[in-house]
Amino acid sequence: MTAFRLLKRRDAAYPAFLAAIYDPPPALWLRGLAEPELLSRPAVAIVGARACSSYGRSVARSLGRDIAAAGVVVISGMARGIDGEAHRGVLDAGGTTVAVLGCGIDRNYPAAHAELAGRIAETGLIVSEYEAGVEPAPWRFPARNRIISGLARAVVVVEARERSGALITVDFALEQGREVLAVPGEITSALSAGSNALLRLGAAPALRSDDVLEAIGIIVEKPALAEPDGDGGRVLIALRDAPATADELARATGLGAADVASLLVELELDGRVSAGEGVYRATIAR
Amino acid sequence: MVARALTHALVGLEARRVEVEAHLQSGIPGFAIVGLADRACQEAKHRVRSGIASASLEWPNKRITVNLAPAALRKEGSGYDLCIALAVLAASRQVPADRLWEHAAVGELALDGRVRPVGGTLALAEGARRHGLRRVLCAAESAPEAGLAGIEAFPVHHLAQAVAYLRGEETIEPAEPPELEEMLSDAPDLADVRGQERGRRALELAAAGGHNLLLVGPPGTGKTMLARRLPGILPPLTREEALEVTRIHSVAGVLEAGRPLVMNPPFRAPHHGVSAAAVVGGGTIPRPGEASLAHRGVLLLDEMPEFPRNVLEALRQPLEDGFVAVSRVGGAAIFPARFALVGTMNMCPCGGRGDPAVECRCSVQRIASYREKLSRALLDRFDLVVAMPRPRAVELAAAGGEPSAPVRERVIAARARLAALPALRSAAATELLDRAVEKLPLSGRGRARVARVARTIAALAGSASVETEHLAEALSYRSPRELPAA
Repeated sequence: MTAFRLLKRRDAAYPAFLAAIYDPPPALWLRGLAEPELLSRPAVAIVGARACSSYGRSVARSLGRDIAAAGVVVISGMARGIDGEAHRGVLDAGGTTVAVLGCGIDRNYPAAHAELAGRIAETGLIVSEYEAGVEPAPWRFPARNRIISGLARAVVVVEARERSGALITVDFALEQGREVLAVPGEITSALSAGSNALLRLGAAPALRSDDVLEAIGIIVEKPALAEPDGDGGRVLIALRDAPATADELARATGLGAADVASLLVELELDGRVSAGEGVYRATIAR
Repeated sequence: MVARALTHALVGLEARRVEVEAHLQSGIPGFAIVGLADRACQEAKHRVRSGIASASLEWPNKRITVNLAPAALRKEGSGYDLCIALAVLAASRQVPADRLWEHAAVGELALDGRVRPVGGTLALAEGARRHGLRRVLCAAESAPEAGLAGIEAFPVHHLAQAVAYLRGEETIEPAEPPELEEMLSDAPDLADVRGQERGRRALELAAAGGHNLLLVGPPGTGKTMLARRLPGILPPLTREEALEVTRIHSVAGVLEAGRPLVMNPPFRAPHHGVSAAAVVGGGTIPRPGEASLAHRGVLLLDEMPEFPRNVLEALRQPLEDGFVAVSRVGGAAIFPARFALVGTMNMCPCGGRGDPAVECRCSVQRIASYREKLSRALLDRFDLVVAMPRPRAVELAAAGGEPSAPVRERVIAARARLAALPALRSAAATELLDRAVEKLPLSGRGRARVARVARTIAALAGSASVETEHLAEALSYRSPRELPAA
């Protein structure tokens, strides 16, 4: 483990963007191989519920992946659920990501994300305002959220219940003058009640990664991905109507179980489909 | 006056020759059995005495000593009764001793002199033949089983009948070994399963490639129903395999009455309250466990995370080696245990996850601790992992699927191809595998598993080499990242 570095507010590398908020942390502890200048690069925060649906999981991952592919840093809180998936999406795309902890810089919280923390630290940074040894405590996490929004140009809420901690991040973001976007969810799902409410209040809808990038003034020119044709295309079209199990897809397309299985794997490797607990869903359009 | 009779003791599946010596001498009348006989064997005294009296034979009014030699070998069970009775009768010159010496004898005596069957008769008869004997006397119920050993098995209903036969007063027809085809019984058929195409496909792959299969899904989606249909699509056992399986089942005393030879691949589904010894085998005198009873067949562990961890870990060795080595005070034994393992589990402790009709209320921690009950090492043994979500109502209303018989034909053909053809893989398929290792959470072991399954898929498709579509399908059965084996 590399030693922890301390970045003080008077240091030149202290991100100016963060210094401009109402109560910037007097110093930040850093863990990871990246230089502290990483914190000053254009960044987007992806936040959301810990207990999320497979829809939220899939969206967070592809947003993380596509935003990182455009060269933008992704910031999140390394929590279970949306946060962890966003970090993973970035790492899938070979991008850099910053995790802001609500506990001591030496802690991997939650413990289940110890391996993820190791991967984040290889190319990115783990950041905390608390020195080594500070226990995770419920009242430290809201304070952590002001750093997440403070480091970012825009905050995207993927899935949030009505009283989710992610909404605290949004409050900070609005106070700090950051862009706020929300991913629409099913209006019947309690898991999306908070994020849908943000949309009603005027948050910009995040329907694809370009929406997020445009919100911070980045326009990416990229070649459109050719639509798969043949049977693979039929499976994808069926999946764009609604998530489905392999058996349902076989029935919808008239293909055999073996063919559907092999087509789904190819689509998954292309990043067009994500799988979880036996249910497949189309990923968001790039 | 000394007379001898022959029988065999079982150590594991192996029969050891035991000489039963009966010695009569003058003195105070009495009856003693020596030679490391256990409780059931000691009680033979009373059964033998009553049996001889019931057969209207004379109980020698002498001091009787019966020695079971070699005296250092433990003897257990009631199978020595017939042999002890005949030795005592030969010592008192009621049956010819030289003729008795040409026969092995095994069976328990009833108080009225009838002969009852005991477990392990096939292994005993095989031991007798190996030791140069041509004939065995045994209970009528177990004679067809003994006949399988390639020895003349004379069914005796009653002690008096055995005596009459040995005296040459009566002839007994040796039992005919059973016809193999008649021994096939009906297994549950795949035609009963509606929908679940992916599950059926995985079952076929498991049968063709001998892969272990893990079915994951909410309760009531047909996981167990599907698993019970795996033996029905396995190829029938060959004669040698059937004898091997029958020997184990006979020693464990689980042979079906009227079905002396196990021709169907066995199916065992122990309850999750089972102990480690009952699964892998054990006991003071080693006995085969469920893993060995499932030899050449299927071992189903329903609700796998509910099994005690030590039971699951104990299965790792037989899964790797195909046999169980049990060492106990009463001796060491090796039991074959080459079976296909089918495990089922829910997606979470409450079972609601993956079921659109139920809301799962399990906390993240509870789900994690439920799934972590299965170690990575054990999950690594499952080549095929299939999520089985709840089927929609339309699926259940559909007609039944393909019956087992044509599936079994395909499995047999694929097995022949797997045995005959070298493992070839097209360059494109290798490239896909490399891409998958890079993009998906797939370990080195996972890569080998995928390659193995892809080979089975190619064999089922009748293809000489593994192509991309075979490999892609194999990738879809990899362990999902939700399980710790990722």
